This record gives sequence, C-alpha cells and structure tokens, in this order.
Amino acid sequence: MNSCTERLKNGIITENPTFVMMLGMCPTLAVTSSAVNGLGMGLTTTVVLILSNAFISLLRKVIPDKVRIPGFIVIVASFVTMIQLLLKAYLPFLDSALGVYIPLIVVNCIILGRAEAYASKNSVLPSIFDGLGMGLGFTFGLTCIGICREIFGAGAIFGVEFIPDDFHITFFVLAPGAFLVLAFLTAIQNKLQMPSATNVEKDDSMSCGGDCASCTGASCVANKGIIEAERAAAKAAKAQAAKEAAAKAKAAKEAKAAAEKKED
Amino acid sequence: MNLFVIIISSMLVSNVVLSQFLGICPFLGVSKKVGTAVGMGAAVTFVITIACMITYPIYYAILVPLKLEYLQTIAFILIIAALVQFVEMALKKFMPSLHASLGVYLPLITTNCAVLGVAINNISDGYNFIESLVCGFCTAVGFLIAITILAGIRERIEYNDVPKSFRGTPIVLVTASLMAIAFCGFAGLV
Repeated sequence: MNSCTERLKNGIITENPTFVMMLGMCPTLAVTSSAVNGLGMGLTTTVVLILSNAFISLLRKVIPDKVRIPGFIVIVASFVTMIQLLLKAYLPFLDSALGVYIPLIVVNCIILGRAEAYASKNSVLPSIFDGLGMGLGFTFGLTCIGICREIFGAGAIFGVEFIPDDFHITFFVLAPGAFLVLAFLTAIQNKLQMPSATNVEKDDSMSCGGDCASCTGASCVANKGIIEAERAAAKAAKAQAAKEAAAKAKAAKEAKAAAEKKED
Repeated sequence: MNLFVIIISSMLVSNVVLSQFLGICPFLGVSKKVGTAVGMGAAVTFVITIACMITYPIYYAILVPLKLEYLQTIAFILIIAALVQFVEMALKKFMPSLHASLGVYLPLITTNCAVLGVAINNISDGYNFIESLVCGFCTAVGFLIAITILAGIRERIEYNDVPKSFRGTPIVLVTASLMAIAFCGFAGLV
C-alpha cells in the first residue's frame, strides 16, 4: 500500500502534470474559463486516466511491443467515447461546456505519457493509483487556474458572484486571458525557482528540451526524428570536412610536386 | 458566399491556436526560428487537408450507414495516426525533396490535437465535402500564420532585455496573449 500512497503524492505534488511537467496545455488553456469547467475537465480526464492505466496494465504482457502505441490509442479512445456518451446522458451542461475538448482527451499527452512511462511496466494496483494521482494533480491545476480566471473575469468562484459587475475584467475569461494567466503562473514559478519544466536549463534542439528527468516518453518520437536529422547533418558536415581536407592535401601535394618539378 | 465566410472565420476569427487553443504544443515548442515554424506550419497544412479529405467520406460512407457514429473518435484517431505514417512513407518515396523539408515535423503531427479537432468540428458543424475541405485547409493556414508571426516575434525577443523571471516560456505566453488580443479584433468581420 506504501507504493500506492507514494504514487498519489507523486502525481499530485512531485510531478504535478500542470504546474511541474506542463503537459496537456490545450485543455489547460481552453476549458479553464470557469472553475466548474476546469473541475469537470479534470475529473473527466481522471476517470479516463484511471481506466486506461488499469486496462493497459492488465494487457501489458499481451500487447506486442511494436504495436503498443496504436494499441494504447485504441484503448484510450474507447474509454473516452464511453465517458463522452455518459456525460451526454447524465451531465449535458458539462458536455456542452467542454464540447470538442472531450473527444480530444484522446490526444492529451498526459494519458499516453502515463501509459508509456508507468502503466505498461507496472502491475494493476499501482497503475490505478498512478492514474488517480496524476488525474487529481491535473484536476487541481485546472481548478486553480479556473478559479483565478473566474475571480478576475467574472468576479465569482464556482458561479457564486461576490464582486459587483463594474469591477469585472472580462479579458480574463476570453482567450487572451488564458495565455496571460499561464504566463504569470510560469513567471512566478521561475521567480521562486520552483521545480517546473519551464525553468530547467534547456537544450533547445529537442522538443522536450532534453529534460530526461521528468520525461514521460511522449515526445520521444519527435526527438528521435530530430536526433536522427542532427546525426545526418553532423555526418554530412564530417564528410564535407573530410572531402575538403582531402582536396586540400591533394592540392598541397600537387603544388609540392610542381615545385619539385620546377627545381628539377 | 458561404465558403468566403468559412474561409475568414476559420483562418482569422476563430483562429485554431489563438482562440480555439488547439495545437498549443507545437505552437510553443517549434516556434523558435521562422524557418522551422514555416516548415511545421506547412506540414500541418498538408496533413490537416488530407485528413479532412479522408475522414469525411469515412464518416458518411461507412459510419453513418452502419449506425456507428459513436465510433467517430476511435475511427478518426486511428485514421489520422495511420495517415501520418502513410504520408511520410509516400513522401519519402515519391517526393524526396518535400520529405527532406517536412520530414522531421511529420511524426510530431500525430500528437497535434488540431488535426483531430478540425476533423471532429467539420462533422459536428454539418459541413459538406467541399466546405469541410476548405475549412480544414484554412484552419491550417491560420495555424501557419499564427506560428510564423510568433516565431518572428520570438526572434526579436532574443535581443530584448526581458525581466529575469519572464525569460523563456512566460514571455512567449505573454506574446501569445497579445497576439490573441490582436486576433480578437477580427471578431467583427463575420
């Protein structure tokens, strides 16, 4: 049970997906115009994350290594479809508020990242708690951002208005406000030197910044391409240099030979 | 006239990045230099257009007659993932020069939520084939515009004296926020 509580703490605090790892930025920016939407999106993602982690962990010995990513995607997409239908039936207001972002949970990098980094290597119970921890961490992050935006933009928390209409800064519930709130959040993290994906020294050549310590494996595909391209470029440069050196040596030799001929 | 409205609204008014928040990861991640940003934008345009071209007939010719509309998400994500692989192989074989310039960005696109988002939006908005094709292409051009402008601004920011705690991601997000304000100005067009 110890490892389970450790997983929970890891997801909510140590590797919080929103504040520390900066994963799943699209829903973080898009649905946090109010605290309720943030909470709803977070909990929906949590349910999908727990179910997909459990299922992938159960099937981890059955799925062949070569086709594991498509396999994971099918599993995640099935659960997302189920949750979407359930939301449509029982919580229609949330379904209409979140709209297209519910099917887009499929491409949320947190889910595929946890599947690849944890659930495909560990047994079922820790995987479930890993999903729960990560999901709650995500929910916590989205709700916090949602509360900030709702207070400034609509003068309310969870729909309870306490600031009069004249003092609302509508800007914060619109699209530009999302970027600005996140900008200030990351700036505060930088200022306080808090652990976050945004303030580690980055190697810009890789899409994840070469930050292997907190990598979930989601960006490895991208990195592979970049590394390969870099290697090819280095190889080409080396070959070019070798060619030039050879040409130079040849020219020098010829010049020497010519000089010797002259002397003769 | 209807097509014109779709073009303006998908390219500028509801810009895919700045007002719909789709494809934030490449928008923030690959916008360091104008060259790579244009490459990424071009690759996204290519893939989104083809994805719209393929998901539309699959939805209306296979899923609807079989009453399997609820499989939309699963079907679309698999089609897109396979499509990206296929496009990469086809480009490598038939258009090596194009592959050389777009190749690095293609694997990145599978995880780009804009592709799936546009495909799903096209269906839920009830567009016909031509409209969804135009909408997909123009949305992607909107992405290209946004990422290119951001990359241009970021190249300038390199030379500016940014406050220490705002260096890196925060100033990029502030820039994106200002760009989003600018794009809000298009709201009166449609």
